[in-house]
Amino acid sequence: MKIIVCLKQVPDTETQIKIAPGGEKIVTDDIKWVMNPYDEFGVEEALRLKEKFGGDVTVIGMGPKRVTESIRTALAMGADKGILISDAALEGSDSLGTAKALAAVIKGLQFDIIFTGQRGIDEDQGLTGACIADLLGIPQVSLAVKLEVAADGKSVKVNRPVEGQTLVVEAQLPVLITTQKGLNEPRYASLPGIMKAKKKPLEEKALKDLGLDPAEVGLGGRKLKIIKITPPPARAEGKIVQGETPQDKATELARLLHEEAKLI
Amino acid sequence: MEHEIPESLALMLETVRRFVKQDLEPISKQVEDEDRIPDNIVQTMRDLGLFGLSIPEQYGGLGIGVLGECMVYEELSRANACFRTRIGTNNGIGSQGIVIDGTEEQKGHYLPRLASGEWIGVFALTEPEAGSDAANIQTTAEKRGDFWMLNGRKHFITNGDIADLATVFAVTNKTEKAKGGITAFLVEKTFPGFYVGAIERKMGMRGSHTCELLFDDCQVPAENVIGGLSMVGKGFKTAMKVLDKGRLTMGASALGSAQRLLELSLDYARQRVQFGRPIGEFQAIQFMLADMATQIYAGRRMLYHAATLRDRKGTAVVKEASMVKLFCTEMANRIADMAVQIHGGMGYMKDFPVERFYRDLRLTRIYEGTSEIQRLVIARELLKGK
Ligand SMILES: Cc1cc2nc3c(=O)[nH]c(=O)nc-3n(C[C@H](O)[C@H](O)[C@H](O)COP(=O)(O)OP(=O)(O)OC[C@H]3O[C@@H](n4cnc5c(N)ncnc54)[C@H](O)[C@@H]3O)c2cc1C
Repeated sequence: MKIIVCLKQVPDTETQIKIAPGGEKIVTDDIKWVMNPYDEFGVEEALRLKEKFGGDVTVIGMGPKRVTESIRTALAMGADKGILISDAALEGSDSLGTAKALAAVIKGLQFDIIFTGQRGIDEDQGLTGACIADLLGIPQVSLAVKLEVAADGKSVKVNRPVEGQTLVVEAQLPVLITTQKGLNEPRYASLPGIMKAKKKPLEEKALKDLGLDPAEVGLGGRKLKIIKITPPPARAEGKIVQGETPQDKATELARLLHEEAKLI
Repeated sequence: MEHEIPESLALMLETVRRFVKQDLEPISKQVEDEDRIPDNIVQTMRDLGLFGLSIPEQYGGLGIGVLGECMVYEELSRANACFRTRIGTNNGIGSQGIVIDGTEEQKGHYLPRLASGEWIGVFALTEPEAGSDAANIQTTAEKRGDFWMLNGRKHFITNGDIADLATVFAVTNKTEKAKGGITAFLVEKTFPGFYVGAIERKMGMRGSHTCELLFDDCQVPAENVIGGLSMVGKGFKTAMKVLDKGRLTMGASALGSAQRLLELSLDYARQRVQFGRPIGEFQAIQFMLADMATQIYAGRRMLYHAATLRDRKGTAVVKEASMVKLFCTEMANRIADMAVQIHGGMGYMKDFPVERFYRDLRLTRIYEGTSEIQRLVIARELLKGK
């Protein structure tokens, strides 16, 4: 089975995000970058499928050089091959632009399943997976929390949560699946795995290798423009409920919840 | 001299940090209460490759170098000291005799088992009559045909209760002692006459056991002398070389715990309010925090410098290693004391990790050479003109 995992590098959730002057970007200087957690589910699932069916796992990432680190992490977890798409002309691409670049590389590869995260935890758009599937003309199944590939390796059944229920979708391979929390517990990149990853192939591709029109990607190709980023409103100060007796306090609390917070 | 962290080491540290945060920190208290590390955690340690950090790659380890090993220890020591101790003997005193002085056969046979964590290796030098004065060991080994017969008693042996392989030091020539009468043996737990004695009850380091090892006409095959028969009588030197390396990693462990104590103290100083202000606004508390951070900074620079020096030279850095162990362990104990002080009564309570670090760190000034012995080594080197 040939499996491809698309991987994005995002700011660590523990990083303090600061908005850059101009309000359209964040300050990236002191950010610690990690593999998008949803993509980790994809890597793990791909490795499990490889363990069951044989084959190989290729990870593809797009972005500046530092993305190599996340690709190496995936290789250390057990993936076989990495591809980094890196080109200044691709910087600032929106989800569609990113999908075009990824799809251009994927077109040259053999694949049965492609995994992408259901969204990147940075911009939370959740578009790239769907765009890639569309560009490749293959089915997309989103938000997988469980998946089962048929013994003959020709189709897959995917569970996705819908409002407390579970929807089971079946699709023929090749297919693109977007991963959701709950799919699995990603393994650690073991230390021996990290040593081995140093020797695994990691190819780098630039825009000219993709056969794309530069006008379609990067900042110039954006169909979506970010107009303004605003921080969440500062949290209002807490209120200490006053009252002589526990009964008084409870009455006051109930009143506040009803009248001010409008929760009850 | 700056130490560049190679990309692969940076990735390894990232994995270790995650493991410490996700798996070790949450169970540190449980391990303390139950005095044992859960099996699944030990298995994850094996899967991660943590038992083979220092063992060369061709024998199944990672061979990441002393600096890398020290940095991993710093991270592990943030949680509970027993986790570092679990992997510590395989990476350190329990394997290094073989790595440094072993024969090719001994390396090929034992090191892969230790590197994978399938076997636990320990170091048995100390005896009731031989602590700092390690040359005064009484355990004897007599050659009888194809075997050595070992007789005697070792105590305070870390991981002794779970040992599969012990590096045991015994007297083979009573008149020569340290100058050519002590030999290092590789003793497997299945050899007839090898017994695990009492497990000691300690002040701290719960989750890691220290015990007696007894040898009663214990039969050790003739070839199980570290380095082969030509090394008979040269075991004391082997012991000193092994301990020299351990001094750097011991410094790193103390440093990792000290760093965690500083972070806990900073958090507490920001949160705890007395006299209407966070206690971090009182200068007395600020001075303690400043002293803690300053000493950690000094200790870390020293450690990285000595470890880098050792990795570059590939040989012992005797004076620097002793300085690192002395400074980092004493400094971490001072920091533990300040951390308890900053936490007030809370620092004395079992609900908070500070009192555990305080007890666990106390050991670092004693084992693998007391602070006094480190000073003796440093002074001896200085007077030799080194
Ligand atoms: C938890 C634990 C784990 C251990 N693990 C191991 C292990 O795995 N393997 C192993 O072989 N050993 C191990 N040890 C033994 C440890 O290395 C010794 O305890 C240590 O070397 C000190 O020896 P001692 O306890 O006999 O103290 P002593 O040597 O009796 O020292 C008592 C005091 O006298 C001081 N002193 C002694 N000689 C001098 C001198 N010449 N000048 C100035 N001061 C001096 C010491 O510094 C100390 O303050 C362990 C000990 C402990 C507590």
